Amino acid sequence: MAIGLESIERQVEEQAGAWHRVCAVEELEFAWGEAALVDGRQLALFRLESGEVYAVAQQDPATLSNVMARGITGSRGGRPTIASPLHKEVYDLQTGECFTTPGLRLDCFATRIVDGNLEVAV
Amino acid sequence: MNAHTTSPNAPRRIVVAGGGPAAHRFADAMHTRGLDGWQVTVLTEEAHLPYDRVALSKALTDMEYDLTLGEAAMWDHEALDLRTGERVVKIDPDARTVETAAGNTYGYDALVVATGSNAARLPIPGAEHTHVYRTLEDVWAINGAITALREKLGREVTAVTIGGGLLGLEAAAGTEQLGATPVVIDGANWLMATQLDEGAGQALGRLIKEKGFEIHGGVFPSEVLSDDDGQVTGVLMADGRTIAADIVIVAIGVRPRDELFRAADGEEQLFSLGPRGGVVIDEGCQTEIPGIYAIGEVANFGGMCLGLVAPANTMAEIVADRLHGGQATFPGFDTATKLKLSGVDVASFGDAFAETEHALEIVYADPARGVYQKIVTTDDAKTLLGGIFVGDATPYMSLRPLLGRELPAEPGAFLSAAGGGEAPETELPDDAILCSCNNVAAGSIRDAINGCGSCEGNAPVQDLGELKSCSRAGTQCGSCVPMLKKLLEGELKKSGVEVSKALCEHISLSRQELFETIRILELTSFEEIMAKYGTGAGCDICKPTIASILASQHSAYVLDAGRGTLQDTNDRALANMQKDGTYSVVPRIAGGEITPDGLAVIAAVAKKYGLYTKITGGQRIDMFGARLEQLPEIWKELVDAGFESGQAYGKSLRTVKSCVGSTWCRYGVQDSVAMAINLELRYRGLRSPHKLKMGVSGCARECAEARGKDVGVIATADGWNLYVGGNGGATPAHAQLLAKDLDDDTLIKYIDRYFMYYIRTADRLQRTARWQEELEGGLEHVRQVVVEDSLGIADELEAAMAKHIGTYRDEWAETLKDPERLRRFRSFVNAPDQKDDSITFVPERGQIRPATNEEKGKVLIGATIPVRGDAG
Repeated sequence: MAIGLESIERQVEEQAGAWHRVCAVEELEFAWGEAALVDGRQLALFRLESGEVYAVAQQDPATLSNVMARGITGSRGGRPTIASPLHKEVYDLQTGECFTTPGLRLDCFATRIVDGNLEVAV
Repeated sequence: MNAHTTSPNAPRRIVVAGGGPAAHRFADAMHTRGLDGWQVTVLTEEAHLPYDRVALSKALTDMEYDLTLGEAAMWDHEALDLRTGERVVKIDPDARTVETAAGNTYGYDALVVATGSNAARLPIPGAEHTHVYRTLEDVWAINGAITALREKLGREVTAVTIGGGLLGLEAAAGTEQLGATPVVIDGANWLMATQLDEGAGQALGRLIKEKGFEIHGGVFPSEVLSDDDGQVTGVLMADGRTIAADIVIVAIGVRPRDELFRAADGEEQLFSLGPRGGVVIDEGCQTEIPGIYAIGEVANFGGMCLGLVAPANTMAEIVADRLHGGQATFPGFDTATKLKLSGVDVASFGDAFAETEHALEIVYADPARGVYQKIVTTDDAKTLLGGIFVGDATPYMSLRPLLGRELPAEPGAFLSAAGGGEAPETELPDDAILCSCNNVAAGSIRDAINGCGSCEGNAPVQDLGELKSCSRAGTQCGSCVPMLKKLLEGELKKSGVEVSKALCEHISLSRQELFETIRILELTSFEEIMAKYGTGAGCDICKPTIASILASQHSAYVLDAGRGTLQDTNDRALANMQKDGTYSVVPRIAGGEITPDGLAVIAAVAKKYGLYTKITGGQRIDMFGARLEQLPEIWKELVDAGFESGQAYGKSLRTVKSCVGSTWCRYGVQDSVAMAINLELRYRGLRSPHKLKMGVSGCARECAEARGKDVGVIATADGWNLYVGGNGGATPAHAQLLAKDLDDDTLIKYIDRYFMYYIRTADRLQRTARWQEELEGGLEHVRQVVVEDSLGIADELEAAMAKHIGTYRDEWAETLKDPERLRRFRSFVNAPDQKDDSITFVPERGQIRPATNEEKGKVLIGATIPVRGDAG
């Protein structure tokens, strides 16, 4: 999954939206999640050590509080993950699937980097 | 009450006379077998639910200790009727009724007498001024008397215990725990003469003397002396000596309470009684009158009555089985005993005195070290008949279940003290009894581990706690728990389940190993550690653990150099995240001492930002409802006014709670507030495997509830008593006494060592109570490390603490100084001035609270809260 920094494009199923420029990718510290406000919607952004940038819903599916950016990133058997900071449910950053509580799902959004800027499809 | 109404469909009425452990076990055994068609009425004169008498010493040292046996909820069953304050005084076998002292009559179809024993009284003058050691009321009275005497006399109390057997030594050890000077008077030539041979008894005597007990053996007391007020002054001995005493406890044995079976004058004696009392029972635990059973200490089997819990439990099970049509028989008494007194191990089992013909005794005795170990075998040295262990009872646990079986190695190999090292590995046969209190065989434990279906859900039980409650092994005296753990680990290994101490899928080391590795190799970053010892990207388990270890060792600002991404929820924002994603703010209020000006600052800040305020359990003020981006400005105001972070968000020292102490209180004997502030400022910011709390009380009244804390300090006239390992939480624990009458410097030195040793060796999220319970050697080991420096690391531990103290910086002051650090508190990376408008509050009792999702018009979909049992 080696993807160049210059044109990261992530296709997420059933996710078709307009591309929005969010911020310079350099604004994101590695593995430190940040919240973003995109088209009226709260997103959580994660830039991993590998260079990949993920955008998911900021809303915690288990509690509906807007906190996901403040969780801990990691991996599970090779899949990149984010753990909710409230009750630690662990989600796949690529698919939004929850590893720990069946039935929960985190919305995921496609990302790409254009001229050093992060764009998200919402 | 009409006792005679029976119809074919009416439930069978069982009446149990007595409400001790045997009665409880019987009710429990009936309950387990199903109570359909039964009505069980338990008549007890005591005011309590049946409680664990074996653990009475815990209630002696801690009046609050709950000794209730089993689940109290069991008694809510409609077919179980426990009536307290009802003492059975008469049996009418013809009418099949019993009568109670209160004048009530109960009819029965079967009667189970479990009246137990009375403590034997001394037949000497002055005996009326003595205490006995048998019931909760007895031990509470002893506790109260020692406390009152200490206050009245203004010095340490001398507590004389008459009786050097199991109970006597336990009582004496309890008085020592309570701070009294323990003296034991024993008529026999050596201690525990019923269980130990002379060599072992002498070894035990020496060990106990070393612990500060005064022992007078081989001579009988002839009078308990007292002054005109009835206050005990001493014990006059048969040889003319007087031994000073402030309180005298008599623990010379028990007498079966068999009055119910004794005929009144002029009536026919219906029951046979043993020569020293107790009603004679057959192997089905039935007396000579059908339908009348006797179990526990009142029952005489084979000419013997015995005050041990294991046979009482067995008898209770047998009667329940027989009532259900079974044919269980009582196999005879198991007299094995194990005792731990002030850290001295004593165990005796089987044919301890080698009375079997041609029995061999393999003995290792080292009087200098206070160790005595003996194994008794058949004349071919193959079959294990019994043994005695004093000073080091390690082999007892693995030998005990092998009683009557062939030893897997030559006997000498089991004498660990002889330098044989670890005892040979023994694979317990399935029918070997692992837990003798509850008569649980190794085989049934294996079944549970491997999923026999005997427990709810048919799932394999592979957790020690669950295994205990499912198999009942280890739930009574607890001495078999190490064996149980070993068996569990062995079985899991066999079935291919790796017994892993690995932190998570990324780190194969345990927290302790990881801590030592990081310390010795001086690793300072997550990347370095993962490169050497990890796989993958880490997770919410290993990242915070590594962050905590790094913080414990280096005290560097926790959010710098990539460490921010490792921090758990609260540490990440240096505040406590609440359910709606807002934070609470807790400034340090050391020792709970705060000026009116300080209060005004907090009031002004809370008012300005519209925060909800509440006093915390740790004597400080918590302000709720701050948004992430508000934290820096709120903290700026607090820091400018002289406050610092209270670190309420960290797995670190929280608060040191204190009472007002000797400065104001008319009872206080030391300045508890000054000490609490001193301690809080010393250990502030210390990150640890779990949160740490402390308490300092200015006198024995203990208003600061220090014994509920990880470290509790209680003032004495001569200094401070140090208690360790107290926890609230789901399984509360009282802190245990570690050292007495310490001066300030020694107190602090010991706390330094204790905390650092805990930080180095505990598991992730393991609080001090569990840690010191699970540590090999338990509290005594902690005492040796902290007080006696048995590992030779005291200097190192103190140095590590000194380093922490020297490098402490207030995290919020540090944050506010640095714009790069402040950036982390923005609401949105692309809209830092925009606030999260999903956060809404509603008013309640004059303050705010978070709006619920319903109030916000949101509906939770698909979210379930995992319930225990759901998963498997």
